[in-house]
Amino acid sequence: MPIIEFKDVEKYYGKFHALKRINLKVEKGEVVVVIGPSGSGKSTLIRTINGLEDISSGQLLVNNRDLSDKDTDLNKIRKDVGMVFQHFNLYDNKTVLENIMLAPRLVLKRPEQENKEIALRLLDSVGVADKTESYPKQLSGGQKQRVAIARSLAMKPKVLLFDEPTSALDPEMIDDVLNVMKKIAKEGMTMVVVTHEMGFAQEVADRVVFMDNGEILENDRADEFFKAPKEVRAQQFLSKIIKH
Amino acid sequence: MISVFQQHGQELLVGFGNTLLCSVIALFFSLIIGSTFAIFEAVPSRFLHIIGRVYIEVFRNIPLLVIGMFFYAVVPQYIVSIDGFTAGTIGLTLYTSAFIAETVRAGIQAVDEGQMEGARANGLTFMQAMRHIILPQAFRYVIPPLGNQFINMVKNSSVLAFVAGFDLMYQGDMIASTTFDTFNTYIAVGILYLVITLPLSYYMRYLEKKMD
Ligand SMILES: Nc1ncnc2c1ncn2[C@@H]1O[C@H](COP(=O)(O)OP(=O)(O)OP(=O)(O)O)[C@@H](O)[C@H]1O
Ligand SMILES: [Mg+2]
Repeated sequence: MPIIEFKDVEKYYGKFHALKRINLKVEKGEVVVVIGPSGSGKSTLIRTINGLEDISSGQLLVNNRDLSDKDTDLNKIRKDVGMVFQHFNLYDNKTVLENIMLAPRLVLKRPEQENKEIALRLLDSVGVADKTESYPKQLSGGQKQRVAIARSLAMKPKVLLFDEPTSALDPEMIDDVLNVMKKIAKEGMTMVVVTHEMGFAQEVADRVVFMDNGEILENDRADEFFKAPKEVRAQQFLSKIIKH
Repeated sequence: MISVFQQHGQELLVGFGNTLLCSVIALFFSLIIGSTFAIFEAVPSRFLHIIGRVYIEVFRNIPLLVIGMFFYAVVPQYIVSIDGFTAGTIGLTLYTSAFIAETVRAGIQAVDEGQMEGARANGLTFMQAMRHIILPQAFRYVIPPLGNQFINMVKNSSVLAFVAGFDLMYQGDMIASTTFDTFNTYIAVGILYLVITLPLSYYMRYLEKKMD
């Protein structure tokens, strides 16, 4: 039973057809990397999984809950599905520690003592244990993103979504973030990652999904994809970003 | 002018007390009501948007005196008996709340969209995100304009004079009309308004500095 399943999903922004007949399954523990040119619908796709974008038709099941059903409680889905954004989206008015503790306190009603222990342990594991009392604006991009990852992990999610988590970072900070993501992947987290980091994809992805113009053109095992993409457009895209 | 204070200190004190009381009540409730309607405009619900819009446009665009007179003259006649002070304070609260709603709404819009998105993706409800993340940041932006609204509100409380609200302005009018010493009386009244508005103004500035 897949933990995420798209069945003939369509998405329109007004008249614009952003997702076209999407069919995709993600099994528990899988790491799926989504690639494709700008505007191809990667963000839209990933944002439907936690209901930040609604879908126009078709069926979308996440952790046995039906997102296409208007009565589904999105907050329940978001408890189990964390998301890491390109621009971090940390709470600017809260300290690093509070950023991590807020949602478990409000949403999971986790006891304060336990909440703090978990938060400190996570901050330690992502390498920002010395910044607990700092505010987001006092951190570097790489530190912010690692805090954002810790914030997602504190909810003990079943799925983690990443939308270009390293695209806003200076080059020397990218590896710190990727290493944290690799660690999480190896611990068995189900991950859907939009990224241009092909090294990361080759090392930890189980599957690669290639999107263009709102469609999934290719959905392959990662090793097969990197050996030789079947689609011409995927080949062109791959050779272009690997050259960079 | 000193003699005005000496001979009519009692009346002025009553007026000062009523103006202060009216201002405190109106400040408290207009902040709550204004913030509520500002949130209405941020909620993804067309229905609440319209309610919020109508409320703001109605109370913002009718003269305060008309609103005050409505509660002073119309409401007691047809609905419930209230005195001038209550009528004026309600009028002032509703009028001010419309301006505060506009101000807070602008503050909410100034907060980066990613804050709400991050909070919702993190599992918070819309109201939790508003309360813990968005509003604290929005208020930080709007402290200066909010300070202006509050000072305007204190000054606008002089509307109570027209609805027998026994405020500072009302008492000043009374003293002036019996003593004919308009010059000294209104200077005394002006000074007493400053006693409220200047500390308020400095407190808002202090808050503004503290937030940075
Ligand atoms: N809220 C919106 N309203 C209207 N159109 C939108 C909206 N969000 C995205 N789109 C359009 O949908 C298409 C897909 O956008 P999306 O952000 O999913 O692309 P992407 O693959 O993530 O691109 P990028 O690599 O630049 O992030 C684009 O053409 C975009 O202009
Ligand atoms: Mg995108």
